[in-house]
Amino acid sequence: MKPVERPLELFFAEPAVRPGAEPDFSGLDLPAAGSLRRPPVDSPAEEMRDMAFGLIRLLDDDGQAVGPWADTLDLDDAARMSGLRHMMTLRAYDARMLLAQRQQKTSFYMQHLGEEAISCAFHLALRSGDMNFPTYRQAGLLIASGYPMATMMCQVYGNDGDPVRGRQLPVFYSSKSHGFFSISGNLGTQYVQAVGWAMGSALSGDDKIAAAWIGDGSTAESDFHAALVFASGYRVPVVLNIVNNQWAISTFQGLARGGAGTFAARGLGFGIPALRVDGNDYLAVVAAARWASERARRSLGPTLIEYVTYRVAGHSTSDDPSAYRPSGESACWPLGDPLMRLKQHLIARGLWSEDRHVQAEAEIMGEVQAAQKEAEQIGTLHSGRRPSPAEMFNDVYAEMPPHLRRQRQLAGY
Amino acid sequence: MMSMPRCLRICGGNDSLRGTDAMPATTMIDAIRDALDVALTDDPTVTVFGQDVGYFGGVFRCTAGLQKKHGIDRCFDTPISELGIVGVAIGMAAYGRKPVVEIQFADYMYPAYDQIVSEAARLRYRTAGEFTCPIVIRMPTGGGIFGAQTHSQSPEALFTHVTGLKVVMPSNPIDAKGLLLSAIDDPDPVIFLEPKRLYNGPFDGHHDRPVSPWRTHPMGEAPLGRYLVPLGQAAIRRKGAALTVLAYGTMVHVALAAVEETAIDAEVIDLRTLLPLDLETIVASVRKTGRCVVVHEATLTSGFGAELAALVQAECFWHLHAPVERVAGWDTPYPHTNEWDYFPGPARVAAACRRVLEVQ
Repeated sequence: MKPVERPLELFFAEPAVRPGAEPDFSGLDLPAAGSLRRPPVDSPAEEMRDMAFGLIRLLDDDGQAVGPWADTLDLDDAARMSGLRHMMTLRAYDARMLLAQRQQKTSFYMQHLGEEAISCAFHLALRSGDMNFPTYRQAGLLIASGYPMATMMCQVYGNDGDPVRGRQLPVFYSSKSHGFFSISGNLGTQYVQAVGWAMGSALSGDDKIAAAWIGDGSTAESDFHAALVFASGYRVPVVLNIVNNQWAISTFQGLARGGAGTFAARGLGFGIPALRVDGNDYLAVVAAARWASERARRSLGPTLIEYVTYRVAGHSTSDDPSAYRPSGESACWPLGDPLMRLKQHLIARGLWSEDRHVQAEAEIMGEVQAAQKEAEQIGTLHSGRRPSPAEMFNDVYAEMPPHLRRQRQLAGY
Repeated sequence: MMSMPRCLRICGGNDSLRGTDAMPATTMIDAIRDALDVALTDDPTVTVFGQDVGYFGGVFRCTAGLQKKHGIDRCFDTPISELGIVGVAIGMAAYGRKPVVEIQFADYMYPAYDQIVSEAARLRYRTAGEFTCPIVIRMPTGGGIFGAQTHSQSPEALFTHVTGLKVVMPSNPIDAKGLLLSAIDDPDPVIFLEPKRLYNGPFDGHHDRPVSPWRTHPMGEAPLGRYLVPLGQAAIRRKGAALTVLAYGTMVHVALAAVEETAIDAEVIDLRTLLPLDLETIVASVRKTGRCVVVHEATLTSGFGAELAALVQAECFWHLHAPVERVAGWDTPYPHTNEWDYFPGPARVAAACRRVLEVQ
């Protein structure tokens, strides 16, 4: 007798909980800080496959940096203190720009809340001339590299001080001098471009490396896979970063990840060594990023790094996360607040105190407000000095072709 | 008479490398290879890559011998990923090199379309010139080789509709070399469409006649060394007074055959560059003749011919004696068996010319 066949069915991945239920992160396996090994950078990829499933953590619950990654981390006290300052600056900057958006000084804003460590710390793995191909949530790269905050704000406002002349969405910064490639809203496109940039560097006999950035959700884009194929095929000097902040707007990370254990494990099929890192641990990010950048600089090839973090705020100012996830979820995130964790570390090291922190917060907010004043003296989206509409026609081509010149004249410029 | 099906020319037997070193190019393939050779020699940042272009030299042989001559770091194979080829080229151009990439058939470019449209075409604009994208994307285009719907398309209108791109389609070896060198020199992304039916000889649409070689054609032998055919300049291939035919690529030869065979005194303009368009030459001709036929191999609806017809109408309205006619591929996918019923050959072009001349 033929067995009874059931109709075919699909699996629809869903997060553990939805609004109204208790947050549940029991599925996140957390190894103790310092428990992961640190393989030599030139280890064969097949001997490092375990690294894609662990979680590199340096800071323990007492704020001590422990384990082999901490022991080999060459980072002096001043650098650790600037790390905290960069994260505090980014958070204050976000708070002011979020408010500015609510005050209708700009159309849109995207904040980093909870993810500050990743971009601020990664900067320490790069040298002048290296190039990031970021997403919209890596402004810490600019802050940490000393890019003027007032210029960032001018971009957010799209005013006459905006280096990209009001042509891009707010937060889509671009700065060649600060190693920050122009951001695209199409998601993922920059990943393969970073690989091409790094190939260009190597083909030119240069020593510059590239860093690609993508979110958990966008790893589903074909650009991600093309980037990994080319990066592994030509052993490209690039660091391939995935920021897994758990949420792609309303879609939980499990949908893009499918049945794979981790996003880092995506690298294994391409023969690319992969690390999985506590993205809320500033020191872990520095250590892992430097390990990967050393591999790139020694022409050992690409490294894939997954940073496990949590997007505390909405995707953007147009998003309300309470519609799709429990409101208390961020408070239950087991990896904590990256800023508080580094602060605790500095206090434990005798470098910092609660008083100094409060004082620094005030100082930083003063700096941010001063920058904001400077930017707003030029203008905001709806007031003050804006780029001339005639500029709309510039830079489409190096030289304006006749048909565009005619259209500009028709528009009255 | 039955036509002999021509197979896709996947394996070229002749690797004598005309168009490099001492011998002038006498096919469009050789002319393109020659242009790449000149560019690779003159500019150390020029980098050629794509599927099968390295060791093998390309399925149409346009890069044969270049890897051997210039090294694997100047001309190399890529995985089968059009998105990857173009995405990598954009990054490489942003670094400061000059990638000249090949998409094996224009029909394969769709996975790269986002990178072309949203990235390459807009990088200069969205960074106010801080990052630029001087890449050339070469694509064999058009039908006439029994390639069916995945090896015959003419997607030029999908590029001319994208601001930030330049779009070029040569009709002969001399232009192919000079235009490709101009495209490589250009500071912006250029889509370089190569009519594959013209690779080995001029083709007038009479598929049932013997193939004629480029070496007997006045535009067939590309001179040695560097020379440029500027982008944005059309060429008048035949002077005439009765009407103006606007064409590009393969259809230039079809149009010339049609007007010769019907003894119509048409002016035939080879656009060569679709964007930026040489409107001046077009307008001067149509104002003189008062009649215009637009010809392309791509499908009719929303094709580049619509843009041409609109421009001619707007610029020459008071000089026109007849409505502008368009001759194009039918609005169907490119068929395999019935290729020659799809292809807008000389009979269809001639019929359109007669209709336009009949209007008093």
